[in-house]
Amino acid sequence: MTFDMLLQHMLNGVSLGSLYALIAIGYTMVYGILRLINFAHGEIFMMSTYFAFFGIATFKMPWYVVFVLAILLTGALGMTAERVAYRPLRDAPKISILISAIGVSYFIQNLSIVLFSGRPKAFPQIELFTGMLKMGNIYVQRLTFIIPVVTAVLLAALIYLISHTKNGIAMRAVAKDHETAKLMGIDVNKTIALTFGIGSMLAAVGGIMWGLKFPQIAPAMGIMPGLKCFIAAVLGGIGSISGAVIGGFVLGLGEIMLVASLPDLTGYRDAFAFVLLILILLFKPTGIMGEKISEKV
Amino acid sequence: MLKIKDLIVAYGGIEALKGISLEVEEGKIVTLVGANGAGKSTTLRSIVGLTKPKGGAIEFEGKNLLTVPTKDLVRLGITLVPEGRRVFANLTVLENLKLGAFYRNDEKEIKRDMEWVYELFPRLKERTWQTAGTLSGGEQQMLAVGRALMSKPRLLMMDEPSLGLAPLIVREIFEIIKEIHRQGVTILLIEQNANAALHIADKGYVMETGRIILDGTGKELLTNDEVKKAYLGESVH
Repeated sequence: MTFDMLLQHMLNGVSLGSLYALIAIGYTMVYGILRLINFAHGEIFMMSTYFAFFGIATFKMPWYVVFVLAILLTGALGMTAERVAYRPLRDAPKISILISAIGVSYFIQNLSIVLFSGRPKAFPQIELFTGMLKMGNIYVQRLTFIIPVVTAVLLAALIYLISHTKNGIAMRAVAKDHETAKLMGIDVNKTIALTFGIGSMLAAVGGIMWGLKFPQIAPAMGIMPGLKCFIAAVLGGIGSISGAVIGGFVLGLGEIMLVASLPDLTGYRDAFAFVLLILILLFKPTGIMGEKISEKV
Repeated sequence: MLKIKDLIVAYGGIEALKGISLEVEEGKIVTLVGANGAGKSTTLRSIVGLTKPKGGAIEFEGKNLLTVPTKDLVRLGITLVPEGRRVFANLTVLENLKLGAFYRNDEKEIKRDMEWVYELFPRLKERTWQTAGTLSGGEQQMLAVGRALMSKPRLLMMDEPSLGLAPLIVREIFEIIKEIHRQGVTILLIEQNANAALHIADKGYVMETGRIILDGTGKELLTNDEVKKAYLGESVH
């Protein structure tokens, strides 16, 4: 492998890893606050690409307006799913709410087949993002640089929100103990809704950039990225935001590098993530950044 | 200030409270003593709305508390230091204290109250940036009390603040309770350590299996033969 090729693969890996990280954060935040694996997260991600598609292709609005609207709508969709399908089950056994999440996932997927048809649609190409840059001997899509930068900015904002704002402290308090958080005057329902909103909006940013990078969208497109990002979250230590980011990058880079160095295994690309999941569950079930749970009396 | 009338609470088919009535007058220290399982914690949990009673009434300054959601109690001036401290172990001491003042917006006053809390518990000040999970049991109890004070309570309720603590620290905690009371805070204290609690209380209630079986001033109860025998571990001649 020449240096140029290596550089190209690295760049691809980093940008794919960034997308995984953005989506994985939603899994980890919701798990942190509700101990729920939100299996509908992949479908939320998928819906964001349709919102963006219709905004640009059908309503002919400028892309920047559409992106903002799509992100907001996706956030609202995530909050609606929580309100309708998860909140009523909050005091039910954990397995009920998990099954409800699987139900939401299938519901959104099938509803979108009915509404948008199962045939893939071409995501609009926007020159500003999809244009090519020449770097030495290689050509790289602008997106390859835009994705990691956008991810880094959003991550910084998220970390600020969580560690320094009142809402952020409330989120961490609720994640630890719902009852005591209520005693402090925290509106637990609102805080959980906010968590879903933020996680879904990050998935929407990931979804829109995913659509630009792999410009074909379909109702089933959320399944594989959803599963992989769930794996990324587990790999990093579910519940930990930095863990989700690390997991996303490990998965993205690992996948690209595997295919690049062993082209024969290209067909096993998706299997890589699952092998990784099995290994992490066998050898370090708490994940890379996972905390041991210990209670002091 | 706080009035409970004929409160009945059932878990499944079993009645944990079989119709208890008690009153906390403003400016007083009232204690509720009794053995494990007598229903003391259930009483407190009902007051703050974490347990839904089957019957009876709870009033705070004439307002029906049964319809007030838990998160709004702190705005009325009612704060609970829960059983087992329940500090947010993943947050720093400072963040825990800030959460106590979560509903407040008066930054200047919050700062002043923070200084007061640090004065009451100098140990917390040393540990400002540590996560609460790294504190000792006694320090966590102090943090739980400090956090409650940050909400500027008018009625402070404490559920077993001495549980599992060394005798020296228990004495310290009770000194602090008296100090908080001197600042004008009404206190409802739940304790298994009946001796210590009755010594500082203006009024006491003794609970047994879901009922209040005795009440009186702290002194009266301390000298009551039944109480002595059952809770103070003294032999009665």
